Amino acid sequence: MSLLEIRGLEVRYGGIRAVKGIDLEVGAGEMVCLIGANGAGKSSTLRAISGLVPTAPGAVRFDGGDFAGIPAFRRARAGLVMVPEGRGVFARLSVEENLAMGAYVRADAEVQPDRARVFEIFPRLAERSRQTAGTLSGGEQQMLAIGRALMSRPKLLALDEPSMGLAPIAAQKILQVIRDINRSGVTVLLVEQNARSALALAHRAYVMESGEITLSGEARALLADPRVREAYLGEAAG
Amino acid sequence: MDIFIQQVINGLTLGAVYAMVALGYTMVYGIIQLINFAHGEVVMIGAMVAFSVIGALAPSGLPPLAIVLVAAGCAIPVCMLVGYAMERLAYRPLRGAPRLAPLITAIGVSIILQHLAMMIWSRNPLAFPQIIKVESYHFAGATITSVQIAILAISLAMMAGLAALVYRTRLGTAMRATAHNPQVAGLMGIDANRIIALTFVIGAALAAVAGVMVASYYGIAHYAMGSQLGLKAFCAAVLGGIGNIPGAMLGGVLLGVVEALGAGYIGDLTGNVFGSNYQDVFAFIVLIAVLVLRPSGLLGERVGDRA
Repeated sequence: MSLLEIRGLEVRYGGIRAVKGIDLEVGAGEMVCLIGANGAGKSSTLRAISGLVPTAPGAVRFDGGDFAGIPAFRRARAGLVMVPEGRGVFARLSVEENLAMGAYVRADAEVQPDRARVFEIFPRLAERSRQTAGTLSGGEQQMLAIGRALMSRPKLLALDEPSMGLAPIAAQKILQVIRDINRSGVTVLLVEQNARSALALAHRAYVMESGEITLSGEARALLADPRVREAYLGEAAG
Repeated sequence: MDIFIQQVINGLTLGAVYAMVALGYTMVYGIIQLINFAHGEVVMIGAMVAFSVIGALAPSGLPPLAIVLVAAGCAIPVCMLVGYAMERLAYRPLRGAPRLAPLITAIGVSIILQHLAMMIWSRNPLAFPQIIKVESYHFAGATITSVQIAILAISLAMMAGLAALVYRTRLGTAMRATAHNPQVAGLMGIDANRIIALTFVIGAALAAVAGVMVASYYGIAHYAMGSQLGLKAFCAAVLGGIGNIPGAMLGGVLLGVVEALGAGYIGDLTGNVFGSNYQDVFAFIVLIAVLVLRPSGLLGERVGDRA
């Protein structure tokens, strides 16, 4: 059974249907990416999954339970943690305090070792642990946002455009780290505009277009699909 | 010079009380951007509950200090309950409404609490029982009373405790995180509603102590005492930078000193055209000056540090 199961998900803002009844599944241990153009409904889908916008009964099921009406903080406690678009680090809190907030709901003794692990993944954060998060560069803030999410020991880590606004090298590095996190056992749902890199790293992928899923399958197969190559990888059909 | 020192002592005492009340305004503003105009009424309820408890226990022959402690021990939980109830019943249902709606509601809550207090404790000023004999100490030509020393010591201790809570504990970090971005705090598993309720309750506890202190300082309690005190504490919070906790402490103390010095010298400076009964004017002069010259307050939040 899938860890995350989306059935007929709709998201409406006023009268506008941003997501028009999509189906999507993420199995335990998988890394799945959701690609598509700006305004295709990718972020709305993530917001619905993490509880920032309401959904109908049965539309979002996680770990066997229906998430309808469950507030965001309880979803995070259940193990579904999202790194929002634009990172959302607490700018006035120090790096260390941001990480502590990631572990807010945990009471076990392994918070310290986990923090050491985050610092191992992102040595930059260790160097800057006492700095306020607002003084970090964009790439460092993204590292902090991911590190903070890891501190909660998520079952599923959902990331909204983690490479956005980063220089190509930094973006590449962040995506590599996300793949490593997935290999260490965390299920990942990745929303990316950087389709080429995302498809190269993920197991499976969904392509979204004006609120609907138009293609899905093995990431590698999609990478070779002429429709994907033309629309999202900037190559001429041929 | 003697007047100067004396007025600084009086001002610091009053300022400590303002600071304690200003913290309630600033913490609530920091977390939900609401000016809780009913906060002054919580101070009044603290004073009134203490009045009733002291009145009931005074004939019992208990040691005066114990009576005062019991009074404060009753006033604090009652005020915390009032703070929790107003958040839960009046403000939480309006979360997400335009900002004007909770603001007007706050004024409504203030009126309701005032009139409830009037019904319970009568509309007359109540002489706050002075059961502890006030000692006076003289130095450098000025006088400081044991009540003033107690007010200064208690407020210092409580503010230090609050600072430790907010800046040194996980709960305090969660409060700051929620103030910064409640939505992202929710994504971290933080229950923002619980943190907001807690902020009201902590502010109310400080207000309760401030109420007991101010009533014993002036020796009087009145059902309407909260509105002007609250308004001045609000000025103090704006002076320090609304939303900023150290700012509220600084703003409160500064406002107290400005007010006391103003009252002490206004007669001399204006050839006795205005007397010290114009004391209350200074807080609002300060408020206007801050809003014109430095709207973000002395320690106000810099703009542009949000991610």
